[in-house]
Amino acid sequence: MERQKVTIDGNEATASVAHRTNEICAIYPITPSSNMGEFADDWSSIKRKNIWGTVPLVVEMQSEGGASGAVHGALQSGALTTTFTASQGLLLMIPNMYKIAGELTSTVFHVSARTVATHALSIFGDHSDVMAVRQTGWAMLPSGSVQEAHDMALIAQAATLEARVPFLHFFDGFRTSHEIAKIEQLTDDDLRTMIDDELVNAHRARALSPNHPVLRGSAQNPDVFFQARETINPFYAKVPGIVQKAMDKFAKMTGRAYHLFDYIGAPDAERVIIIMASGGETAEATVRNLVEKGEKVGVVRVRLYRPFDTTAFLKSLPKSVKFIAVLDRTKEPGASGEPLYLDVTSTLFENGYQGIKVVGGRYGLSSKEFTPAMVKAVLDELKKATPKNHFVVGINEDVTHSSLDYDLNFSVEYPETVRCLFFGLGSDGTVGANKNSIKIIGEETNNNAQGYFYYDSKKAGTLTVSHLRFGPKPIQAPYLITPNTANFVACHQFNFLERFDFTKFAQPGAVFLVNSLYGPEEIWDKLPQEVQKDIIEKKLKFYTINAYDVAEKTGMGSRVNTIMQTCFFAISGILPRDEAIEQIKKAIKKTYGKRGEAVVMKNYAAVDQTLVNLHEVKVPAKVTSTFTRRPPVAAEAPEFVRNVLGPMIAFEGDTVPVSAMPLDGTFPTGTTKWEKRNIALEIPVWESDLCIQCGKCVFVCPHAVIRHKVFDKKFLEKAPATFKMMDSKFKEFPGMAYSVQVAPEDCTGCTLCVEACPAKDKTNPARKAINMALQPPLRESEAINWEFFLSLPEIDRTAINLGTIKNSQLLQPLFEFSGACAGCGETPYVKLLTQLFGDRSIIANATGCSSIYGGNLPTTPYTFNKEGRGPAWSNSLFEDNAEFGLGFRLTLDKQLEYASDILPTFVNELGQDLVDSLLKADQTTDLGIKQQRERVDVLKGKLARSKNSQARNLAAVADAFVKKAVWIVGGDGWAYDIGYGGLDHVLSTGRNVNLLVLDTEVYSNTGGQASKSTPRGAVARFAASGKGLAKKDLGLMAIAYGYVYVARVAMGYSDQHTLKAFLEAESYNGPSIIIAYSHCISHGYDMSKGLEQQKLAVQSGLWPLYRFDPRLAADDKNPLQIDCKEPTVSVEQYMYNETRFRMLTQSDEARAETLLKLSGEDAKSRWSFYSQLAAMHYGKSAEQK
Amino acid sequence: MVDLSTTYLGLKLKNPLVASASPLSEKVETVKELEAAGISAIVMYSLFEEQIIHESLELDHFLFYGTEISAEIDSFYPQSGKYTLKADAYVEQLMKIKQAVKIPVIGSLNGVSSGGWTKYAKKIEQAGADALELNLYFLPTNPNQTATQIEDNYITLVHDIRSSINIPLAVKLSPFFTSIPNIAKRLVEAGANGLVLFNRFYQPDFDLEALEVVPNLILSTSNELRLPLRWIAILYGQIKADLALTTGIHTAEDVVKTTMAGASVAMTASLLLDQGINRIPVLLADLEKWMTVHEYESIQQMRGSLSQKSTAEPAAFERANYMKVLNSFKSMP
Repeated sequence: MERQKVTIDGNEATASVAHRTNEICAIYPITPSSNMGEFADDWSSIKRKNIWGTVPLVVEMQSEGGASGAVHGALQSGALTTTFTASQGLLLMIPNMYKIAGELTSTVFHVSARTVATHALSIFGDHSDVMAVRQTGWAMLPSGSVQEAHDMALIAQAATLEARVPFLHFFDGFRTSHEIAKIEQLTDDDLRTMIDDELVNAHRARALSPNHPVLRGSAQNPDVFFQARETINPFYAKVPGIVQKAMDKFAKMTGRAYHLFDYIGAPDAERVIIIMASGGETAEATVRNLVEKGEKVGVVRVRLYRPFDTTAFLKSLPKSVKFIAVLDRTKEPGASGEPLYLDVTSTLFENGYQGIKVVGGRYGLSSKEFTPAMVKAVLDELKKATPKNHFVVGINEDVTHSSLDYDLNFSVEYPETVRCLFFGLGSDGTVGANKNSIKIIGEETNNNAQGYFYYDSKKAGTLTVSHLRFGPKPIQAPYLITPNTANFVACHQFNFLERFDFTKFAQPGAVFLVNSLYGPEEIWDKLPQEVQKDIIEKKLKFYTINAYDVAEKTGMGSRVNTIMQTCFFAISGILPRDEAIEQIKKAIKKTYGKRGEAVVMKNYAAVDQTLVNLHEVKVPAKVTSTFTRRPPVAAEAPEFVRNVLGPMIAFEGDTVPVSAMPLDGTFPTGTTKWEKRNIALEIPVWESDLCIQCGKCVFVCPHAVIRHKVFDKKFLEKAPATFKMMDSKFKEFPGMAYSVQVAPEDCTGCTLCVEACPAKDKTNPARKAINMALQPPLRESEAINWEFFLSLPEIDRTAINLGTIKNSQLLQPLFEFSGACAGCGETPYVKLLTQLFGDRSIIANATGCSSIYGGNLPTTPYTFNKEGRGPAWSNSLFEDNAEFGLGFRLTLDKQLEYASDILPTFVNELGQDLVDSLLKADQTTDLGIKQQRERVDVLKGKLARSKNSQARNLAAVADAFVKKAVWIVGGDGWAYDIGYGGLDHVLSTGRNVNLLVLDTEVYSNTGGQASKSTPRGAVARFAASGKGLAKKDLGLMAIAYGYVYVARVAMGYSDQHTLKAFLEAESYNGPSIIIAYSHCISHGYDMSKGLEQQKLAVQSGLWPLYRFDPRLAADDKNPLQIDCKEPTVSVEQYMYNETRFRMLTQSDEARAETLLKLSGEDAKSRWSFYSQLAAMHYGKSAEQK
Repeated sequence: MVDLSTTYLGLKLKNPLVASASPLSEKVETVKELEAAGISAIVMYSLFEEQIIHESLELDHFLFYGTEISAEIDSFYPQSGKYTLKADAYVEQLMKIKQAVKIPVIGSLNGVSSGGWTKYAKKIEQAGADALELNLYFLPTNPNQTATQIEDNYITLVHDIRSSINIPLAVKLSPFFTSIPNIAKRLVEAGANGLVLFNRFYQPDFDLEALEVVPNLILSTSNELRLPLRWIAILYGQIKADLALTTGIHTAEDVVKTTMAGASVAMTASLLLDQGINRIPVLLADLEKWMTVHEYESIQQMRGSLSQKSTAEPAAFERANYMKVLNSFKSMP
């Protein structure tokens, strides 16, 4: 069978081998390895078979801990089993990894190595995870490129079967995992050649079976445990030989030769780098370049890291070596060096190599770029008489000065290689089109090709950057395209030009393509001065197209992908124009053909229309623009925001020095307001003549950009000319003014407010009290109005009843302008929480969407009020959030207890009244809390005058007297799956914590993998065939405790009910859980219809609303109150509005029909069950019965 | 024993009662029940032009929606899946139905413009349909669009479809033409082998609380028979095509009237949706009984007997009839 050239990423390359050489995959989503599990699940769902002719069984577990347990069990019972993971996921597997290795079990885990969370989470890549398992007894085989990931996946599988030592095959997350490259694909025959069925059957024969019963996993004692532990030594001794044998067999088969340690460089090299994984690619390319220039340098690429074969390592070193730099992509604070460095130094020491100077250094943490310039800096450092040891490279470490300087302009790339950069808007299809382009180039030409895709941290108005390289020479460049090197730079979103510097990437004479509303004659004057200057000075060939117009006219909507892709081929000349068009159309047919003819046709039309609309711009000789690029944040922003967050916003974060960074991961809140992103094309406009002042628009706004206030009319004297107001209709505030105001530069344009607005013009019902209008003409005036609006006093929260929507929405949101998707269904709940309780809340947030839009740098949406109070927020992990939040409660309770214990000892200084009132304060109302705060201030003031050390102790914990709210927030992946054990335990403690489950019924943040909350019939990642079983009823499980307040809410059905549930949950002095229906972009429908869809969810019976309040039982009432009507619409009406359900009708109609029917039965039976529960008699009334 | 058989679009049918396009043909089992109950042919539920195009665009839109929004999310759905578009599922369903029953099965396409979607006519033919019914359903809302333009589009479409298939083609019309006989003639000249009178425009309703326009479906009643009855009677014998009457068939008498007006078949969906499939044998028995009582030997014998061409009083279908109705109304007590 001939091997095909395919253009795929490292995850697919790895999964392709793993899926074909295993029988079971137990998986759990974690970025950046999720894709491997997704590929496996997709392939199994379409019945793709492994090399033994059977479709691998893919099972999603509740956590990586669970996945490793299932893998362990499957291995012990004889199946060839694998899993895919990274970072914290790998750490959760450690206990089972010890067991699997201790029991000499053949398996391979495939890991896209990712940073382990320390002071912060990072989804990007380094070796901190894999280095945290190097002691478990697993062989470790790193790969450095997509081809290597494909190859090593097989070599590992072949070797583990013979060695009986489990293998960890790893590669760099968010580099190799997501880099698309042209590789030679191994055939099934190749796999069969490498995998020995005798060894497979030997693995099976070792399985637990009642037919040859044994006991494995005994408990051993001091007498023999040690001896037993040493029995495995011979197996480890054989591993290197087995791996090399597999590598040799592989080389014979494919021509690609690998060794345990591969040396590349001058035979007489004096300076050598030791490195593994993708950094080795960069080092190799750099060394080749330097050797050509006559330098005596080399690199040893570590292929088999564990067991570390010292003999093979020493053999790989040239005899001439005098200086060695060992580079580790991890940090071990407090160690005498990083892991690989320690291995190298101890190997040299043990073997008497004392004449070689060895230094260690760190690079590339969290996917920090590692470029040839840095490799050269390391090699240059070795020339010095006393090279730095334990250095860092790639950052400016200006505190202990351990960093190496490097030459930003140094490059080793071949001049024949073409480098192209595309700056797109998330969801405009740029990334997808570029993936197609790179496939076209890779598969239809003789060029080598590479693609890598970068995203900013926002989910609305995202900036995407596509890095494409191609050319006749091999591409060994696992790093981004650097400034002044790109041959082609394209900006697909015109307004990015006023925010970011793209032309800095262009090399002299490069092509610069801009998508713009302006024609070739007008565009020049619309460019900032900096862009004009670069175009002139670098002599860029400047092209423009109005892709928005072409997209609109050809039915492509907002997708400019195909159009810009066609421009790229038309200008770049990589293929003859006609051939390029043909190939683009072929790719369109392949990509979209399954979606129907109409889709293919509109894309074809877009291609055809592109060429006539593409224009080269005649570049004037001088800069004529009257404006410059906007600064990332306003000049009046705080210093930290300007100096640290500003560069991050402008994608210059790499320049931030160590000294500027907070020490312990602590960041100020309230910084999103400085990042005016201007991403909405249209924003809401208030029509005061129609407004009924209901506050619904404010309630539903996911980004807190629409607010209302009641205020004294005297403030209007300073109102801007276009500021709108009307008389207050609030009965509490007669004679006052009322206004609704939009933050024009922070709005995402989602239109949820318009959907929620109940006020319609009687003569023109299409006109509501809120309507959308183009943003640009309003931007300036509304920004002024917004500033004025913010200057108006906030409502006195002690003066209003918070139980109505309109009143509650007068409260200042302490969560604003997050990076969540436009129209997000989660954030309105989070915002409500901060309005009601934010000034006294401490929030534990599970990892997931809410921790990303809540805490992903550069800016933070949680904010504070004018007294400086606001939510204190933290994210621990994914799995431990409930316990983490409980810890907050324990502290608060303990500190209150301690403060209450010692307070009376100060009665003489404080007076009996103050002591009594502090201890007996009624804090059930905002007024009560306010008064208690005042008492605490008095207390602190008095204590400050005391010289008693106990007084200082009391002052330190005095804030505990003021009631705090602990909120434990997270998604369904946390609450239903990975964190359920902890959540359940926390509820059981009876402590006063509030849990908010933002239920999107899927792992939204990692890309839509099924959770136990995913409803029956929904198609999701890891449930490609549609989820067959009904959603877990988390609320009912909590109700079973009897003493937990439980509410199930959906603001789209009843905002009032949601508000009530939040107030009740917080007021309940015990555990509370609110399960909130959160419409999500992953459901596959227009997000502006989210509220309507929520309503249908309730009306169909699939999301019944209720509150279970244990306090009612004390009054002999049934604690369960059902808060919605019996189902009135069919489940079909709800489900088939959403792609996640409807998709199954297209992939498996019969299954869809069955699951739809069962979903209908679910709704009915649930209603019946709840109705009966709600009708039960409690307390005395039950006894009377 | 009376002879109920008839011929429609060249298809020999055991009786004139045909199930018109409705959700009843969505399930093979239901079609088998229809056959067992005595229906002589079925028209499949309609495959809409909008459905073919929009379903494809919609699938594309939502598969695309939410993609490329973060480094962690390339898309939310499995990408390797195969999608069976409803249009293709329709063709598969037709195939299944053809295999399951012996009665003729007529495919149904609903649309107005020429374009890529019309290739489904060929697919329907290839799936084994005995004939194709093309439902012309267009609501002009643009004041600049003339009747001629619209009619010309229809003609082009019928011509295109006629030239792409070999099976008989029927065209289902609305009653909203200035000259129904003229458009009927033009459609037949363009290649229609039969005309089906009339399709029903589902009229939207208003939700007064929400101030919104809402879709509304009301099943037909016998009263609605008279509109198509008149036009069948007028067209019969004037055009070289078979005629089918749909809308308002609820009783055996309705079938008799339909036949006497000149239609080859009487089509019904409302009756079956409203009263169930078991109504068919009752209606057929009633028909046989009526014919026996009234001493008709065959359907053929009564066909067109009250058409304009055959009736003793042709003016009854014209303006004079209108006068007569008004006068009779005035004379009511």
